[in-house]
Amino acid sequence: MSREVKINLEHVSRIEGHGNIVMNSKNGKIQSIKWQVPEAPRFFEKLLTGRDYQDISHIASRICGICSIAHSLASLKASENAMGVVISDQTILLRKLALHAENIQSHILHVGYLAAPDLFGVGSIFPLIKTNRNAVTDIIKLHRLANEMSELICGRTTHPITLKVGGFTKIPAEEGLISLEEKLNNSFDIFRDVSKTILANIDKLPNFERETEYIGLVSDKEYALYDGMIGSTDTGMHDIDEYLSITNEFVVPHSTAKYTEHMRESYMVGALARFNLNNSRIKQKGKEVAENFGLESPCFNPFMNNVAQLVEVAHCLEDSIYIINRLIDRGLHDERVQVEVSAGRGIGAVEAPRGILFHDYVIDEDGKCIKANCIIPTNQNHANIQKDMEAFAPTLLHKSRDEIEHNLEMLVRAYDPCISCSTH
Amino acid sequence: MKPKVAVFDFASCEGCELQIMNLEEKVIDLIDIVDVVSFREAMKENSNDYDIAFIDGCIVRPLDEKRLKEIRNCANILVAMGSCACFTGINGLRKQFTDEDVKRTVYGNAIIENNPYFDVFQPKAIDEVVKVDHYIYGCPIDRNELAEVITSLVMGKKPDIPNYPVCVECKQKENICVFDYGNFCIGPVTRAGCGAICPTNNCGCEGCRGLVNDPDTESELEVLQRYGLSLDDALDRFEMFCYQKGVVK
Ligand code: SF4
Ligand code: SF4
Ligand code: SF4
Repeated sequence: MSREVKINLEHVSRIEGHGNIVMNSKNGKIQSIKWQVPEAPRFFEKLLTGRDYQDISHIASRICGICSIAHSLASLKASENAMGVVISDQTILLRKLALHAENIQSHILHVGYLAAPDLFGVGSIFPLIKTNRNAVTDIIKLHRLANEMSELICGRTTHPITLKVGGFTKIPAEEGLISLEEKLNNSFDIFRDVSKTILANIDKLPNFERETEYIGLVSDKEYALYDGMIGSTDTGMHDIDEYLSITNEFVVPHSTAKYTEHMRESYMVGALARFNLNNSRIKQKGKEVAENFGLESPCFNPFMNNVAQLVEVAHCLEDSIYIINRLIDRGLHDERVQVEVSAGRGIGAVEAPRGILFHDYVIDEDGKCIKANCIIPTNQNHANIQKDMEAFAPTLLHKSRDEIEHNLEMLVRAYDPCISCSTH
Repeated sequence: MKPKVAVFDFASCEGCELQIMNLEEKVIDLIDIVDVVSFREAMKENSNDYDIAFIDGCIVRPLDEKRLKEIRNCANILVAMGSCACFTGINGLRKQFTDEDVKRTVYGNAIIENNPYFDVFQPKAIDEVVKVDHYIYGCPIDRNELAEVITSLVMGKKPDIPNYPVCVECKQKENICVFDYGNFCIGPVTRAGCGAICPTNNCGCEGCRGLVNDPDTESELEVLQRYGLSLDDALDRFEMFCYQKGVVK
């Protein structure tokens, strides 16, 4: 049977930023398949040069509207490491809380608004307002809770205000944290309903596996998000200083976002990578979700990244309560931030919702940034998306053209790519 | 007939678009009064048949310019959403450097000549390419202001965007002026609408909403004068979001 399939999908929908899928097949053979990234570059590494250390994180935050807290934190850690600034335990706890808020917000946005419509066979969340109103309002409730949490800690939901080199310009009041704790406690029932709805439709996720290398922060103390060493399923633990030899960025002509590679042609970062590396340290509520969905480490199905995100939402909700209790037990203190400017180079790494994120700055004796390098999670996933497509597409060729296209789109979506961020 | 609405993004962080989702339950109410027909970040369906287009981001390449003009042709009303779209915002910092310089810094020696994806020019605001009907300022935009603009447009009214300084909102909130902590603030000359959210968090205003239309008036300069500062000092601080060649040092 001679059959040609041509796919030229410009701007995959329900993802952050612009990406295209181009595929040609003939008589059951893939002739070409390409993941393209035409996103407009913004040159943040250059924009940061010449800026004062007090402004750097507020500029770097604008790399991404969805993961602006992670960018701020990676930026602050890089500046603090460059200048030898030591921060307090209270600051670390509050920062971890901020990062949890963003992780919940971003994962709920992805699983609830962007991925779930595929499970329900619709084009967006909007028709579900009529057909599955309770599920939609539950998703919104969780999303709002996460945003309120960011607002309380960071002063605003998108582009944090209070996070500064050395500490905070303003810390939340104890009453604010207590009322947040109550809301978090009440959120588990809502979360359980949301995950039940997703679980009931989870068979819509394709069963596709391709083993790859998984990279993310690891720690022997906790499920690493704010801090840790670099972990790889292929090569074990590495110091953060080694990040350049792990990521190995390179430019390809069909993408304004750079690609990376380590031991193989590609590797994966994000919730599934973190789960594969650190699952034993996930809090109880997260473990229960993993069990309900049958997610076990190591998992080589990229579509299960959606499930790993849900696991992390439960983990972050539970760990946030734990952090709030620690903050209240210690008592909140208005700490004066004192920073002494000194020249140096510093690297900051955190786990953004979509994976490990690096900022690397050189700061001069006047406190100005003279060199910046940022390696974004989705940069590190682009090559893996390409390799997955190459392996996944041949299994789809018996399907209709539209179904093939839909499956490839779902694959891209599973990564929750943050493309404008990766192009920065 | 509900007006048909489309949302598009160019060189941006998509933070302004995210504010639509951040309206949370209010989104459900808005869906009752408008028909969203294109919004790539949130929906698969798309259409060229729309009345109002919301745009975030600025324009940096010929291929973006072409797409923006096509959008303008389809839309009766075009709204620039966020400071990137209104006046290039944070992207304006790039105007300090040549295009060649930024490309080499980021892409090194990679061969990107004659490749339309990489063919950047100096960042342009949306109204440097097409006519803009309404502006929503801010980095990011304030989601309540966004909801008000949408409601106004549906009712056929002109959205009411403030043209008074952040200081006014800051005083209404009875904040302690950040100058008293020894910080610098350009709230006296920055357009309000954000509820003075930065000073409320003990952080000086960074001017993300741009300059008020006519900043050189007595009342607006009063705060600056009290702390021994000039309009020029304030304008210097505008570099972060409002860099303009020749205007700001
Ligand atoms: S104005 Fe700010 S928040 Fe909006 S898209 Fe631009 S950088 Fe992002
Ligand atoms: S100068 Fe800034 S902090 Fe002071 S009153 Fe004006 S806006 Fe508020
Ligand atoms: S206070 Fe100034 S910098 Fe902060 S949001 Fe308002 S206008 Fe923007």
